[in-house]
Amino acid sequence: MHNSSRRGFMGKAFGAVAGVGAVGSLVAMKKSWDPLPSVKAAGFTTLDMSIYQENELIVEKWRGKPIFVLKKTADMVAKQTEVQKVRDIVVDGSHYMVCIGLCTHLGCIPAYDAAAEGFLCACHGGQFDFSGMVTHVPPPRGFDIPPFKVDGKKLVLGEAGPEYTQMKETGVTL
Amino acid sequence: MKNKEPLILAVVIFFSLVTYYLVEPFAHHEMHKHVESEGFAYADLPEITKTGDAVNGKALVTGAAACTGCHSIKKDGLPAMMEPQMAAASYGVNPPDLSNAGVVFDAKFLSDLIKNPAHALKVEHKYDAAKGKMHPMVPFYGAGGDMDQEVADMVAYLKSIAVSEEELTPEIAFENACGRCHAVHYEKWTQIGEKPAFKHKKDELAFDIKVLEYQDSLKAYMGKLPPDLSMYIRSRGEHFISTLVENPQNQLEGTAMPRVGVTKHSMEKVIEYLEDAGDAKRHEREAIGKNVMIYIVIFALFALLWKKQVWKDLH
Amino acid sequence: MAHFTKATSVKDWLNQRMAVEKLEKVMMSEYWIPKNINFLWAMGMVLVITFALLLVSGIFLLMYYQPNVATAFDSVNYTIMREVDFGWLWRHVHGVAASVVFLIIYIHMFTGIYYGSYKKGREMIWISGMLLFVAFSAEAFSGYMLPWGQMSYWAGMVITNLFSGGSLHADGLVEWIRGDYVPAQAFLTRFFMLHVLLIPLAIMGLIGLHFGALRIPHVNNQDGEEIDFDVEAKKYLDGDKAGSKVMRFANDFMAKDMMVVGVYLVFFFYLVFYNYGFAMDPVNFDPADGLKTPAHIYPEWYFLWSYEILRPFSIDVGLIAFAFAQVIFMLLPFLDRSPNTVPASRRGAFKYWFWLMLINMIILTAMGKLPPAGIFSTIGFVSAILFIVMWIALPFITASEKKV
Repeated sequence: MHNSSRRGFMGKAFGAVAGVGAVGSLVAMKKSWDPLPSVKAAGFTTLDMSIYQENELIVEKWRGKPIFVLKKTADMVAKQTEVQKVRDIVVDGSHYMVCIGLCTHLGCIPAYDAAAEGFLCACHGGQFDFSGMVTHVPPPRGFDIPPFKVDGKKLVLGEAGPEYTQMKETGVTL
Repeated sequence: MKNKEPLILAVVIFFSLVTYYLVEPFAHHEMHKHVESEGFAYADLPEITKTGDAVNGKALVTGAAACTGCHSIKKDGLPAMMEPQMAAASYGVNPPDLSNAGVVFDAKFLSDLIKNPAHALKVEHKYDAAKGKMHPMVPFYGAGGDMDQEVADMVAYLKSIAVSEEELTPEIAFENACGRCHAVHYEKWTQIGEKPAFKHKKDELAFDIKVLEYQDSLKAYMGKLPPDLSMYIRSRGEHFISTLVENPQNQLEGTAMPRVGVTKHSMEKVIEYLEDAGDAKRHEREAIGKNVMIYIVIFALFALLWKKQVWKDLH
Repeated sequence: MAHFTKATSVKDWLNQRMAVEKLEKVMMSEYWIPKNINFLWAMGMVLVITFALLLVSGIFLLMYYQPNVATAFDSVNYTIMREVDFGWLWRHVHGVAASVVFLIIYIHMFTGIYYGSYKKGREMIWISGMLLFVAFSAEAFSGYMLPWGQMSYWAGMVITNLFSGGSLHADGLVEWIRGDYVPAQAFLTRFFMLHVLLIPLAIMGLIGLHFGALRIPHVNNQDGEEIDFDVEAKKYLDGDKAGSKVMRFANDFMAKDMMVVGVYLVFFFYLVFYNYGFAMDPVNFDPADGLKTPAHIYPEWYFLWSYEILRPFSIDVGLIAFAFAQVIFMLLPFLDRSPNTVPASRRGAFKYWFWLMLINMIILTAMGKLPPAGIFSTIGFVSAILFIVMWIALPFITASEKKV
C-alpha cells in the first residue's frame, strides 16, 4: 500500500539524518583520540653540536628514544669507506654519527667501546662500527638515522633536511 | 478527547523557567552586588592641559626626573639593571619596563602617577606619606620649570616610543598592566617573564627558584600572593574583571591591589588575553555551535515528519 | 541438546539459537502501549538519550582526566578544554547533561505522581525509579568532586560532614569515608572509582530492573483507563489500527519518542553551546584550596530543595528532617491510601496536594541557593515545615478520597 511505502521512506530519511549526526560525532571522537599538540611539538629536539668531544658517545633523547651522538676523530674520518661515508653527518666542519640508539635486531640499547671504536649489543651479540654499520650478526641493518636538519652549529631532530632526505631516498636508512 | 499537550507543555516550560530564574539570575543578583563601569574616565584625576614635547620628555626621563634610575626602557636601549627577583627584593616590587607604558596606560593616569604614585594607584590607604609610609616609587618634584609641562613632556615621550593602539597585542597589554604581579601558568607566564623550555632539570629548577624568590618579595609587599589568572575569565567573568581593574576598591574594598590605570582599549586587550588563556576554544565553540544547531533543527524536523507519517493510520 | 535444523537465512540461524524474533516481538513490535498518552510519556526515552550522552562524553573525558589532587584541575581545564580536539565539547556536553538530566528526572517523577503511575501493580516501577534517582544523585555528587575546584572540595567537605550525625560526633566514620582527615588524594580517587565504575554499573542494573518492572503492568495512560491489552492488541493485529486503543512500542511509540527527543536536543545543544553557566558554576573554576572557604557555597540546583530542608533547623533536627526527605518519596505507593489510579485533576484534595508540593519544592530550591538570612531564611523554614506536614497529611487526605 502506498501508505506503508511512504512511511518506510520517512523512517529511512530520518535514519539517514540521524546517521549524518552519528558520523559527525565519530569524526569528533576520532580527533579527540589524536596526539595532543604538546606531544607533536615535543617531537623536535635541537642539539647544540659544539659540546661533543671526539670518540665520546653521548646519548640524547628524541621522541622517547635514545639517540647516539658520536663525534668522529680525524683518524676515523680518514679511514671511512664509501659505505660509511654516506652515513656521515657534517655540522660546522666536524663529522658525526647520529642515529637511533636501538639495535635493529630486537631493540636493545648497545654499549659503546671507545677503545674498539665499536658497539656491542649485550642481548644477542650484535656489533656495529663507529659509523653505525653492522659488523656482526644478528642485527639485519645498520642503526636507523632519525630525520635531521643541519641548522648552523645545531642539529634539529624530527625535521627532514636535504641530507636526510637524500639518505632516505638512497636507502641508507629506513 | 481534546489535545491537552499545548497546555501541558506550557505548564512544564513555565515551572522550569521560574525555577531557572530564581536559582540563577535572581540568586546571583542577591549574592553579588552590581558595580557599574566608570567608562575608564578616571574622573577623579585632573584633566590634561598641556601639549607635551617628546624630545624634552626623553631628556627629563633619562636625566633630571631620574626615571631610568629604576625603570628600564628596552626600546631605547636601556635594559634592566637587576634581575627581577633582585629588584623585587631591593625595592619591594620590580619597577616595570616603560617601553609600552604610553599605549597601555591612560595619559591622565600617567601624569598623576608621576607626581603622586600612591594617589594615582589608589593605595593611599596603604602608603600614607603623613604616617611616614612612602610608596617605593619616588614622586617627581619638578625639574625647575613648569611641572605640568614637564610631566606632559615625559608622557609624550612615553607615547612616542610605544607601539600604536592598532599594534597593541593582548600580550603587551597584559604583561604591562598585570604581569608583574599575576602569573598565568596556562600561558607559561610567570611574574618574571615567560618560562622557557629547559633541556636540563637543573636549569629549570634554577628558574623556578628565581620565581619563588620574586613571589616571596611580592607576598611581603602585597600582604598575600596575587592569584594566578589562568581561569579567571570563567570564574569571575568579563564584567567583574573590567570593573575591578578600573577601580579595585569598587569591587574589593580595602584591597591592596592598585588601580593600574589602563585605557578602555588596553582593558579590552587584557580581557582578550584572559579569554585566550581561560576560554581558548570560544571561536571554535561558536562556529561548531552554529552548525550543530542547524543540524539538530533538521533532525527534529525529520523526526516530526516520520512521526506524522507513522501516526496517520493510528488516529 | 535442543533440536537444530539447517538454517534457511541468517535470521533463521539466529532465531534457532537465540529466539531473536520472539525477543523482538516482546520488547519492540508487540510491546503494546496505550494511545491516549501525551509527550510527557517520552521523558523515559529522553532520559535514556541523556544517559547515553553522559556515557559517551564521559568516555572521552576519562581518556585525559587525571585523578590526582595536583593535576586534576589542570587535566580538565587545560588538557581537556584547551589541548584535546573537541575536548571542550565533551566537557560541555557532560556538564550540561548532568544538570539537565535532573530536570527531566523531576518532570518524569512528577508525571508519575500526577497520573498515579506508582499505584496498583506499578509500585516496583516507582521504587526502582526512586532508587535510580538516588543512584543518579550519588553519580552527580561523585562526578562533581573530580575537577577538584573550590566547590568540589567544599561540597565534599560539607556533605561528608553530614555523616558525623550531629550530636553523635561520628568523626571516625567521616574520616573513614574520606580516607583521610579532610578531602584529599584518597577521597578523590575513591570518588573517581565510584563515578566511573561502581555507580554506572548500579545505574545500568537499576535501569534493567525499572524496564523489567514496567513490562508486565504496562505503561499507564493519561485518563487512568484500565485497558485490556490482549483485546486491544488483537484489534490492532487484525488490521484495525485506528480503532485499537493500543499501538506498538516499535515503531509507533518510538516515532513519537524520537520527535520529542528531537525537540529536546535542540534545547539541549542550545544550552551546551550558548548557555552553560548554570551547569558549570564559576566558583569551581578556582582550584581547590583547603585553607580558604568561598563566600558562597551551594550544591547544584537539583539538590537545593533537599539542602534547604537541612538548613533551617538545629543540626540534629535538620539531619532527621533531611533523612526524612530522602526516604519519604520512596514510600509514596504505600502512603497514598486511595484506590484511584486516575490523573490528580480528578482526585479531589490530592489535586491541591500535588500542585502545592510542586510549588513548595520550587520555593525550597530557590531558598536553598540564597544565603540563609532575613526573609529568605524565614520562607525556607516555613517551606521545610510545610513539606514535612504535607507528607504526614497524605495518608489522611487520600484515605478519605471518594472512589472515582
